[in-house]
Amino acid sequence: MTLLIQTLTDGIAVGALYALIALGYTLVYGILQFINFAHSDVFTLGAWLSFAIAAALGLSASAGQSPPWYLGLAVLLAAMVGCGIVGFIIERLAYRPLRQAPRLNVLISAIGVSLLLQNIGQLPHAFGPYPRAMPALLPDRVIFTIVGVQFRLVDMVVLATALFLMVGIQWLVFHTKVGTAMRAVSFNHQTAALMGINVSAIISMTFVLGSMLAAAAGFLYAMKYAQLKQTADSVWVLLGLKAFVAAVVGGIGNIRGAMLGGITIGLIEFFGVAYLSDKYRDVYVFSLLIIVLLVRPSGILGNATVEKV
Amino acid sequence: MPRALAPLLLGGVIALILHLVVQPAVGGFGSNLILFAGINIILAVSLTVVNGFTGQFSIGHAGFMALGGYTAAALMYYGSFKIYGNANFHGGALSWTGRVGGFSGPWMGSGDLLFVIACLAGGIVAAAAGWIVGLPSLRLRGDYLAIVTLGFGEIARVILQGTDAQLRRSQLDAIRSASPLQLMNKLGGALGFIGIPPYTTVFWVYVWVAIMLIVAIRLKRSSYGRALLSIREDEIAAQAVGINNTRYKVRAFVLSSFFAGVAGALYSLQIGSINAGELGFQRSFEILIMVVLGGLGSVTGAALAAIILTALPEVLRFVDQYRMIVYSLLLIVMMIVRPQGLFGVREVWDLMRRRRRQVTGGDA
Repeated sequence: MTLLIQTLTDGIAVGALYALIALGYTLVYGILQFINFAHSDVFTLGAWLSFAIAAALGLSASAGQSPPWYLGLAVLLAAMVGCGIVGFIIERLAYRPLRQAPRLNVLISAIGVSLLLQNIGQLPHAFGPYPRAMPALLPDRVIFTIVGVQFRLVDMVVLATALFLMVGIQWLVFHTKVGTAMRAVSFNHQTAALMGINVSAIISMTFVLGSMLAAAAGFLYAMKYAQLKQTADSVWVLLGLKAFVAAVVGGIGNIRGAMLGGITIGLIEFFGVAYLSDKYRDVYVFSLLIIVLLVRPSGILGNATVEKV
Repeated sequence: MPRALAPLLLGGVIALILHLVVQPAVGGFGSNLILFAGINIILAVSLTVVNGFTGQFSIGHAGFMALGGYTAAALMYYGSFKIYGNANFHGGALSWTGRVGGFSGPWMGSGDLLFVIACLAGGIVAAAAGWIVGLPSLRLRGDYLAIVTLGFGEIARVILQGTDAQLRRSQLDAIRSASPLQLMNKLGGALGFIGIPPYTTVFWVYVWVAIMLIVAIRLKRSSYGRALLSIREDEIAAQAVGINNTRYKVRAFVLSSFFAGVAGALYSLQIGSINAGELGFQRSFEILIMVVLGGLGSVTGAALAAIILTALPEVLRFVDQYRMIVYSLLLIVMMIVRPQGLFGVREVWDLMRRRRRQVTGGDA
């Protein structure tokens, strides 16, 4: 029973992080129909930026004392703004010149951006090639205990922030004018442009939004796990990939699907680890991807699209 | 087949010359460079079949390489123990990597047969994996394959690094009594597989290079290859003229995986050890860059890019830290400025022919 509840809470907490990253994939895919390969690296950048900002504020992992709560919020917001700017620049320089090019070229360019971010982050004047420990921004406290499972403050804050952001993006896309414009662009660029929507601005906006969500996910990941691997480490790549799997499983281009997919992937991963074997944690997720691609390629909530000639 | 025989013989002769004449002349460092250039040519050209001809996007090539490498390594290492009782060298002069002239045996030894089988087995295992990976993902549009292959490469690495410790010489009895299935899980884990008897020489590498180039060029000129190119240009139009897209894509992918496996086998049997940790996505990207630089669809372009990108890091050793940054910038700039790569779909001789025509001013 303890194991069941523990697995359930862990799965949902990590699943919420996957969902946040998956939202970025899905937003961009919905509008440009291409996989933003550099997205997982923006997530990594978010984690490392949080670390760098926390370090600049004079916080360190060994201090043992946690700073006031608003500092954590400031770090989060600063990382989000930083990644938003990076997302904007990436779109401007690497993707916009290729708007009319075949999709393969955009994909290669995206891989170039991904490699660039990984390797710049590894340079000694950037974040360096060594793993670092994120300072604790919250007191290490157990809030309550149910049948032997401890609910820690950090986990609760991570989950609450993730859910808050998801609700926020849901509201933005479905209940605001900008969101309406985004949905219009995702239906058809030309028609949207004829309706007076600035398509380029909306696309930039989508990238900034996705990057900010990725940064938040990176910050929350750093809060939860504290150990940051170097930017080119395969741990990050796998995290990003799993988030993409979440987007595909839920139905890529579908915002609610990304959230559903994220939680599903998180649960499958943690139940596999707890009840089968922890050696193959990534294998479960990718097996699910292959099954979904075989059985229902459009994902759980996605609509099958027929390509018109 | 008869038409491929002449180029194959020519390739064999070139491989022999490289082995017997060039290799002693350039010394150990130079011959290593020749060797790795050859292995990279096989990798780049095999990826060209998928990325260049068919327009599908695979970025897990190093994963197939690792599978082939481990298969060949295990076959060679445990096979040698089972047959000879030790993991020493049992090949002939063509597989002798040591000092030239320091070997006075026959051209081929009994170990060479095992070596050839190991290379083929590495290719076949990789091809089987390619079929399993390709079948679900190639039914869909190109970008899914990218994700699935990247995921596959990482999973292959995780699984290979999770295997049990390797059995050593002191455990000869255990090796002899173990079944192949049991040995399959004793691949050294995170420490890598070591102590493999090295058989790969310049000769063997360039025999495989010749086979790869002949297969790729003949494929490109055949109706089969034109079908692949048509899928690249427009999947719907290709379907409309009666091409079974999925079947063609999967076959191209399996072929490509086979040669990646062979390249992995040659690699592990040259170094004498293999570690899945070194065959991650960074390696896949390096191969991809060779293909993109050479031109998506150009066999000779990819081969040329492979040679250049093997030699370049040696020349630019002092800026090694920035190598991947330069590569990634190159990818982005290339896509914006010259998206078809240096050669496009043209081959080296196409360029020469065009130049000659310009010089003579004729219409030939």
